[in-house]
Amino acid sequence: MRNAFADTLYEIALADPRIVSIGADVLPGGKLPQLKQVAPGRFLNVGIAEQAMIGIAAGMALKGLRPFVYTMATFSLYRPFEFVRDDLCYQNLPVTVVGMGAGLAYSTLGTTHQAQEDLALACSLANMRVLSPCDPAETAQATRFCAANDGGPIYLRLGKAGEPDLTRGAEPFVFGRLRWLVRDGTDLCLLAHGPIMAMAFQVAERMRALGRKVSVASVHTLKPLDRAGIADVLGAFASVAVIEEHVAHGGLAAQVKEIAWDSQARCRLQAFCLKDQFIHDYGSPDQLLAAHGLSPDSICAALG
Amino acid sequence: MISNSFDPARSAERCRRYRRRVLEVSQRVQALHIATAFSCTEIVDAVYNGLKTDTDTFLMSKGHGAIMQYVVLEDLGVLPKHALDNYCTSGGMLGAHPDCGNPGIAASTGSLGHGLAMAVGMALAESVKGGGGLVHCLLGDGELHEGSTWEAVLLAASLGASNLVAYVDANGWQSCSDRTRDTHPALYPLAPKFAGFGWQVAQVDGHDGAAMVQAVRGRDGTRPMMLVCDTVKGKGVSFMADSVAWHYKRPKPDEFAAAMAELA
Repeated sequence: MRNAFADTLYEIALADPRIVSIGADVLPGGKLPQLKQVAPGRFLNVGIAEQAMIGIAAGMALKGLRPFVYTMATFSLYRPFEFVRDDLCYQNLPVTVVGMGAGLAYSTLGTTHQAQEDLALACSLANMRVLSPCDPAETAQATRFCAANDGGPIYLRLGKAGEPDLTRGAEPFVFGRLRWLVRDGTDLCLLAHGPIMAMAFQVAERMRALGRKVSVASVHTLKPLDRAGIADVLGAFASVAVIEEHVAHGGLAAQVKEIAWDSQARCRLQAFCLKDQFIHDYGSPDQLLAAHGLSPDSICAALG
Repeated sequence: MISNSFDPARSAERCRRYRRRVLEVSQRVQALHIATAFSCTEIVDAVYNGLKTDTDTFLMSKGHGAIMQYVVLEDLGVLPKHALDNYCTSGGMLGAHPDCGNPGIAASTGSLGHGLAMAVGMALAESVKGGGGLVHCLLGDGELHEGSTWEAVLLAASLGASNLVAYVDANGWQSCSDRTRDTHPALYPLAPKFAGFGWQVAQVDGHDGAAMVQAVRGRDGTRPMMLVCDTVKGKGVSFMADSVAWHYKRPKPDEFAAAMAELA
């Protein structure tokens, strides 16, 4: 996912002199570091100075450039949060804030490096738009959208590396619309976003083995959320489940429940989210998700 | 528009007029930072009337000094008179802090410690695009408490923002009752700290416009420049000078009359 972002941005930056890459002591991976040779002024490493990173990006955007800032999500969004709010959102500037390794991707590094509530923060900000692609191909499409952006700021939530391709053959990516990856009947619909989509696919496979018809959609745009599309899902399916690598408040699950109430949905609605806790455990991302109660076994058991 | 000569007498006349205009506005609203506006009057005047070209940018990082910027922008015809007459009123365009999108306002500030990084970004952007002018950024010395300001100080020279000129309005006060020299003695001396981070530094009388213009015109242009401007909070009115009480206080009618008389 990180390489898909970096390679895509590099290709765009070659053609668009407004694109600036600003990292905070993190290598973006892929081809993007080559930009330093092509256009040294448009590939910056500010070091461990995240507040200045946001401010510098704001200043560049005020002068007509299109900066992308990136580091681990905890440091690109949490550490400089007031700068994101005042410099980017208040001034409504076309800067993309990339949160790398969001959720529990940095599973061995502990809570200081895990962004389990970033969507609640990002979605709360006026003018901010929020994207959470689920695989490398969708990441490339989201990156292209961000680069063509002439509006305000975007928070682009990414995983880390090694995510499987899940969107091959799916309908086209459209900003602000949920995207059907699998569509089969009106029994059970799984709504997910980001790297945990891989687990949603595992759940879908198991439920199919149990005789259920399962559809899967990527809700890659968290803000503005496709409220009409989600209301349609809630109205059409007997069961809907949200699977999300984020706490239950402020992310997709809470908003789907809100839409269910507003649309007087009659379906069964379940949410599988991270606990409202800091987990003192290490290991692989899947092991940490399991510590939060999220695994194909637990979700399938709850879906019944 | 840049002028080849900077006449101290005309600058003094302008600054008297600017201070009087701030006092006039003070009689209509509660929200006004008179003393901080008076400490940076000559700095703002020197930038706008002595240094700034049409391609230059001025960014007021100490956002609570906005009223002085508004007064100068009004004087230059950038802001219409009705804008300042409706300062801090519902339906008016000007609040106590600068709001990006208003005429002559380069960035929204008010939260301290934001402006210098944005100014660094602007300066770097001008270099990337080519052909841009200087970026002038006015900081309050209270902003030197903010870690984000020092991130920007470190990065300005490190990233080669040689087209940046920053000014510290060093009046030695914040909004509270203690002097910075008492609360943060380790902040002093100021000039060597910026020099240590690779800036060209000049320390000047922040109420001597000609000295500031001369210092900036003499910059070597190979690195960012910091003007440490020694100022007096509330300068220009005897009973406001070097007194933190007037950071946010509104003059009563008799105080207003006395202040206007001093600035006649």
